[in-house]
Amino acid sequence: MRDAFARALHKASQQDDRIFFIVADISPAASLDGFRRDFPTRVVDVGVSEQAMIGMAAGLAMRGYRPFTYTIANFTIYRPFEQVRVDLCYQNLPVVLVGVGGGMSYSALGGTHHTVEDLAVMSALPNMNVLVPCDPQEVEEAVLACGRLSGPVYLRLGKAGEPVLASPSAEPFRLGKLRLLQKGTRRAILGVGPILELGMEAARRHEAAGGEPVAVYSAHTFKPFDLEGLCEVLRNFQQVITLEEHGPFGGLAERVLAEAGRTQTRCRVEPFYLQDQFIHAYGTQGDLRESHGITVEALTRRLQERPS
Amino acid sequence: MITEKELAASRERCRRQRIRILEISQKLSALHVAPAFSCLELVDACYFQLMRRQGAAPDTFILSKGHGAMAQYVALESLGILSSGDVDTICQKNGRLGGHPDYGLPGIEMSSGSLGHGLPIALGKARADLERKEDRVIFLVMSDGEFMEGSVWEALLVAPSLRILNLVVLVDHNRSISRGEIEVNHPNFMPLAPKIRSFGWEVEEANGHDVGEIVRKVSARSRKKPFALVGHTVKGKGVSYMENKPIWAYRSPNPQEYQQALRELGEGGGP
Repeated sequence: MRDAFARALHKASQQDDRIFFIVADISPAASLDGFRRDFPTRVVDVGVSEQAMIGMAAGLAMRGYRPFTYTIANFTIYRPFEQVRVDLCYQNLPVVLVGVGGGMSYSALGGTHHTVEDLAVMSALPNMNVLVPCDPQEVEEAVLACGRLSGPVYLRLGKAGEPVLASPSAEPFRLGKLRLLQKGTRRAILGVGPILELGMEAARRHEAAGGEPVAVYSAHTFKPFDLEGLCEVLRNFQQVITLEEHGPFGGLAERVLAEAGRTQTRCRVEPFYLQDQFIHAYGTQGDLRESHGITVEALTRRLQERPS
Repeated sequence: MITEKELAASRERCRRQRIRILEISQKLSALHVAPAFSCLELVDACYFQLMRRQGAAPDTFILSKGHGAMAQYVALESLGILSSGDVDTICQKNGRLGGHPDYGLPGIEMSSGSLGHGLPIALGKARADLERKEDRVIFLVMSDGEFMEGSVWEALLVAPSLRILNLVVLVDHNRSISRGEIEVNHPNFMPLAPKIRSFGWEVEEANGHDVGEIVRKVSARSRKKPFALVGHTVKGKGVSYMENKPIWAYRSPNPQEYQQALRELGEGGGP
């Protein structure tokens, strides 16, 4: 995803000379070389100074630039939170906050490097848009879409090596709309971010074991949320599993359950999210998800249970 | 260089602006009067002497110490950028000006009120102007209390590395924060100027109520480093009972106090 981001930023910058890239000592490594070569004056590294990074981005945006700020997700939004709220959201400026390593991508680095409350925190801010691509292709689409937004954006990325998830029958990426990654009949998995890889695998196993195809949706635009699309999903399926690498409050599950309640749907909504606990364990990202009960096996089991 | 005539005009303008701020204070139970009085001459020097306000790339003014908003409002009113109606209805239900400057209103280049946001934003604007090769100076008025925010030191550290030379910071060093005198509770805060200088900035000090000295020192800057002028000021300057009294950071005078203030500012009249 990191490389896909750097490629997309480079491509977007060739068409848009307002794009400015500000990093705080973390950058997409060698994959930034193309950008640096072609636009050497439009890159600034402020050092380990996230508040300065966000404030500067605001100042650049006030002068007509479209800055992308970049560091690890937790440092992007938590450390300079008031700069995000006041400088970017209150003044409604088109700055893209790129948070790399969102969720528990940096699983071995401990809880200081996890970002699992970000959807709630960023969504709570007026004017803020929240984009969570699920795979490298969606990253490229999301970066290009950022150019069409007039306010601030939080773009939550994974790290590196995430697979492409969309099937050949996937819908195209449309900003603000749920995206069907693969078609299905009575059951759907609706998720945000790269954790949808588990959803795709659970759907595959379910079908391989003789089950009907399971639809999989990516809610890449977490805010503004596609409530119309969500209502359609809740109408069309008997079971909807929500899937996110995020805590229980203010995330996807709450959004979907609230809408299910409001519309009094008969669809069974079954959330998979992280528990309301910091993680002091280490290992792979999969190990950490497992420690909070999110595995392909658990998802597959839930798909096999008969809807009541 | 500033002429005697201009200096006299500035003194009279600041006197009238103090009176105008006091007049507004009588419509509200609480107004940041004293913090506006301490930076009034710094703001006046920017708008009326230092800034180029015409041309393709006019200079930029930002009030980072948003609680000094009245000083900026009355300057913008004097320039005809804000209307008297706007200034008359500050903080009121149908007014559009609040207790702190809000981005997007005429003459307001940033929403301030939370301390320590102005310098990073000014760096972003300055960097944008360098990128576009626009010959423009950004004037940023800060309070000394803002230098207790970490974001300010981040920006101070990064500005020389980014070779930001088109920025002038004016510090309203009134030596006072909400809970009183800085040197009493935070003695290590002083002296301020050498700390800024040690971060790679060119720093001068001046009497922050002497427009002539402010203009002279800012105009003489080398333009080889980011520049800061530490202006030594008095909170509540011009009204004896307000001067350096923390209580006046956020309070309106009662009618008797108002009349006394007017007399001290040479506006005769009795109760």
